[in-house]
Amino acid sequence: MSHHIVEVKDLRHSYPDGTEALRGVSFTIHHGESVAVIGANGAGKSTLLLHLNGYLPPTAGEVRIGDTPVVRTTLNEVRRTVGMVFQDPDDQLFMPTVGEDVAFGPLNLGLPPGEVERRVEESLARVGAGHLRDKPPYRLSGGEKKRAAIATVLSMSPDILVMDEPTAGLDPFARRQLMGLLREFRHTKIFTSHDLDMVLELCERTIVLKEGLVAADGPPREIFRNAELLAACHLEPPFSMQGCPVCGNKGCQR
Amino acid sequence: MAHIETALRDLNRLDLLAGGDSAIHRLDPRAKVLVTLVYIVSVVSFGRYEVSGLIPFAIFPLVMVAVSGLPPGIVVRKLLVVLPFAALVGLFNPLFDREPLLSFGSLAVSGGWVSFVSIILRAALTVGGAVVLVAVTGFAGVCRALQRFGVPRAFVVQLLFLYRYIFVLGDEGIRMSRARELRSFAGRGMGLRAYGSLLGSLLLRTWDRAERIHMAMLSRGFQGEFHARRESSFGRREMAFTAGWCFLFMLLRFVNVPRLIGVLVTGVFR
Repeated sequence: MSHHIVEVKDLRHSYPDGTEALRGVSFTIHHGESVAVIGANGAGKSTLLLHLNGYLPPTAGEVRIGDTPVVRTTLNEVRRTVGMVFQDPDDQLFMPTVGEDVAFGPLNLGLPPGEVERRVEESLARVGAGHLRDKPPYRLSGGEKKRAAIATVLSMSPDILVMDEPTAGLDPFARRQLMGLLREFRHTKIFTSHDLDMVLELCERTIVLKEGLVAADGPPREIFRNAELLAACHLEPPFSMQGCPVCGNKGCQR
Repeated sequence: MAHIETALRDLNRLDLLAGGDSAIHRLDPRAKVLVTLVYIVSVVSFGRYEVSGLIPFAIFPLVMVAVSGLPPGIVVRKLLVVLPFAALVGLFNPLFDREPLLSFGSLAVSGGWVSFVSIILRAALTVGGAVVLVAVTGFAGVCRALQRFGVPRAFVVQLLFLYRYIFVLGDEGIRMSRARELRSFAGRGMGLRAYGSLLGSLLLRTWDRAERIHMAMLSRGFQGEFHARRESSFGRREMAFTAGWCFLFMLLRFVNVPRLIGVLVTGVFR
């Protein structure tokens, strides 16, 4: 199905203060791919994500979701197709209870009440948060908030999931749980992350951004072996590929 | 700063109570909001020297607390927070209004003191009623009732957001203030100036957050309208609840029950 393709062509973005966050980024992501966008702080990752659902208008270049160009008139369609999970779940959970928050998207889509109800239940069950339904968001733990935030997006049944730093700020258990969850999703997935071990486990493709340009694009295993590239982009190989400090095992770098 | 933390946590607890399940919790929020409104208006509408007529009105918060199973301690604590403000409002009444109004034997009580007591009593009753309302309905429930009464959506949404983010904002403020305190070594830090820039950056952070929330709303198809799902209905129980209390309030408002009892008792012994 062609509408699961994400196509970014020579995308440029300058902020009003003159900062050039993106300076000509191009790539195509195909249906069902799981892609990580990595890079140093300020490399343009978050800016790139905000273009994928049309929150920021490009200064130059183009973003297409399937056959639809992301422009003002197609925003509704694009935002239904591309589900965006923000880094801070507190920004995403703004309704009085989790259940109402999950219903927010479907209600905006104008779905009938029965269908909304079905979707709320289904998406909460999907992330294992059925019991949180009537709780107010400020009473959830970090991991619970994150899963609830994902449910709010799933309830719109998007074809493409975009997540900003999904594992940031989670404890190891909650992180594992979330990774297990993400692995099950059959959507096209695009993450930004500094958690390169997660990238290694979940993604078959990595796009490395450096100062608003694509510095590399390929399988994570290959990219993480390229010490020169990583150093130039202010990155390090994931811990699982580094040597062990206790037993002196060298890892797979050298 | 500690007291702000406790205040936030207290607000939190009040809302937690709204998750209870009693006959009163289950009523449609509109009935409870309406009754509380009538209650407050009737309490406030008494004359300034009224004391005895107000006392029977305590029955409303008392019955609500008893039936809904709220811990009375929380309501009392909230009252204790508010009463000093009421006392401040009435503070000058005894000084300016010295005309004797009542006398117990040789002891004359001035009109000022009577109105002072009346103010305190009114504050306790109205705040008690409002606290009980929030505790059995939840803030979101109150807002939803307001919306269904026809309050403009913009106001209701503002209220809901205020309530949703007061905890996040409060947490942020507490973190910043803690950071300041830890580096000011029990001194005044840099005094008010530090608080000025602290508030400034809190405002900027709030601004940023508002933008991110708006972004999150837009990406889920928000087009300026909140769609509410109908849950509860205004049925016969709600009717009975509203009519019963409103009738009682009117009765208590226009018939001074303590005086009536007094007249009856003294009449019997005459």
